[in-house]
Amino acid sequence: MKSSSELRKKYLREDLMPTMFCPGCGNGQVLNYTIRAIDDLNIPQEKLVFVSGIGCSSRLPAYIEADGIHTTHGRAIAFATGIKVTNPDLKVIVFTGDGDLAAIGLNHFLQAVRRNIDITVICINNETYGMTGGQLSPTTPVGYTTTTSLYKNIEFAFNLSFLAKAAGAIYVARWTTAHSTQTINSIKKGLQKRGFSFIEIISMCPVNKKQFKDPTENLRFFLDNTIKYSKKVLDETSARVFNDYNECFTADYTGKIIIGEITDIDKPSFHDLYHNLKERSLNEFWNTKGE
Amino acid sequence: MKAPSIDEILEPKLQFVTGNEAIVYGALLANCRFFAGYPITPATEILELMMKYLPILEDGYCIQMEDEISSLAAIIGASWNNYRTMTATSGPGFSLMQENIGYACMTETPCVIADIQRSGPSTGQPTKAAQGDIMQARWGTHGDHYIIALYPNSVQENLWLTIRAFNLADKYRVPVILLSDAAIAHTRERLKIPFQKEIDIIKRVPVTIDKENYHPFRTGYTLPTKVPEMDKFGDKYLTYLTGLTHDWKAYPSTENAEIHEQLVKRFYEKIADNREDIIIYEAKYIDESDIIVISYGISSRTALMAVEKARTKGYSVGYLRLITIWPFPHDVVYELSQEIKRFIVVEMNLGQIYHKIKEHARGNCEVDRLNSIGGNIPSPKSILNKIKSARLSDEIFE
Repeated sequence: MKSSSELRKKYLREDLMPTMFCPGCGNGQVLNYTIRAIDDLNIPQEKLVFVSGIGCSSRLPAYIEADGIHTTHGRAIAFATGIKVTNPDLKVIVFTGDGDLAAIGLNHFLQAVRRNIDITVICINNETYGMTGGQLSPTTPVGYTTTTSLYKNIEFAFNLSFLAKAAGAIYVARWTTAHSTQTINSIKKGLQKRGFSFIEIISMCPVNKKQFKDPTENLRFFLDNTIKYSKKVLDETSARVFNDYNECFTADYTGKIIIGEITDIDKPSFHDLYHNLKERSLNEFWNTKGE
Repeated sequence: MKAPSIDEILEPKLQFVTGNEAIVYGALLANCRFFAGYPITPATEILELMMKYLPILEDGYCIQMEDEISSLAAIIGASWNNYRTMTATSGPGFSLMQENIGYACMTETPCVIADIQRSGPSTGQPTKAAQGDIMQARWGTHGDHYIIALYPNSVQENLWLTIRAFNLADKYRVPVILLSDAAIAHTRERLKIPFQKEIDIIKRVPVTIDKENYHPFRTGYTLPTKVPEMDKFGDKYLTYLTGLTHDWKAYPSTENAEIHEQLVKRFYEKIADNREDIIIYEAKYIDESDIIVISYGISSRTALMAVEKARTKGYSVGYLRLITIWPFPHDVVYELSQEIKRFIVVEMNLGQIYHKIKEHARGNCEVDRLNSIGGNIPSPKSILNKIKSARLSDEIFE
């Protein structure tokens, strides 16, 4: 295994270091996991395109020595669609956050899943809008206090990985930033699948979502308070399992995060089917032309 | 199976087709090989025909997206694979595209957007022609930026200006808006389809510098213009793009006023320096005329009929048709304003280009207007009456 400094030298833009991320942020870890996955798979740097929208996680492509495109809020997957469709040889990776993906960009996400566009979407879900100061996001668990839910959040959160599965994604996994090996393996798996793969990584925002005393305590929570994905948790609407919603409002109750590989199936990608469509259209053209 | 050439598909000959078909043929002849769109009246046929033809062409792709926002996003992304890309829409969709038009301006991404205008605001009258998006085309997205907008007035010109739109987009690395309207879109006229060898294709400024010295927003190396060289995704030049203010290395610079000013002023300069290349217009009978009727698009056709009729009746009247709407031909308007008594601006909105004419006439002559909304093309008779009568004065739309 290559050392961090070797990987850094090869894959990161040194002139942009240090990153803009706050101390304790999970984005650096996700960058690390992604780079390790790419290096393990020996994907040439010229073949990579990193696409992102708006938010802290969307600033990641700037730091990588590869083609990158930091687009508009929520639209990263739509940009990625155009890039991948017209050049299927590229490995297209989208970095997004929960606000970018699940609020303003949810439709683009689900539609790309439905089309089975061959891209890998890495969603760093810190359950808040970190960049703008910690507002309520569509994945903020019920009962949380944020700057826009001062009297505790009364909206139920999205379970993004389950949504992706329901829409037809061929590979879905959820881990936390504390699960390094699992995350790296899932990113590798996602990159090797032909079709839409979704890796959701529960992360922290120690600056704007101060649930824990310090990042260490947060990581400990990630390691200790998880529940492996199984049929028993199939009905959960959020990324976390709560025994009693009332407790979310009355006590400082954080629930358990559902982790694991959520789905791993095979079906033809958009590109496979487009290839067939092209053949059909050509057949029809020359047949009509011959008449 | 072998992909046919564009000539094998279009079979160059005289045809009797609609304006929307002519836009598709123009795009295909201009080597547009990626289209992303969303159905909307009166632009839908463009998406339908692209879906028919692009899969047959080598490296051709077409996708129906979930909305107009993602349609423009997809073609901007694909443009970075060195594709000529296009989308088509109408007012409501054009409103949704404004966000990513700003992004295309900021990242200097070539792309073509056809806006087949219909009556607005909002859903308005979907099947009725209008010219209500003239100002939205120029200023629809936030912040200082520049775009190019062209407005053909016939089916044949739809074809040629679509080709021109792609050339200008690539040459100046800017989104180009092809304005049309429901009337031309659905009018059937004679169209002479050219062979592809008759088409001039102007390429993007290529990267000629070595990788170590390459920076995505460097200008003046390959060509002495203010248009940066453009690489593509998947090549050895690893490019980062952002909608944030960026320096010539493409690195975000969100605090520095000087870098922001340099960048945004260059968006203006790269167009302003080349106004002569970009601006085209049609002028008839303008020498020694007292009155000049100005129009564009479908209404310019009735305007010309009225002008010619008026001249047979002895009126001293000329005709100016704007073909490039943005950048605006202000020098032409200013020069004419010194020679004449009155401009009459004929348009299918309540006065948009009218204000530009007033601005650049600088009080040298009267500026009158004839407006028609709700899909009615101004009749030659109403324009003729306007030529005969005194200037309208009402303050509501001033």
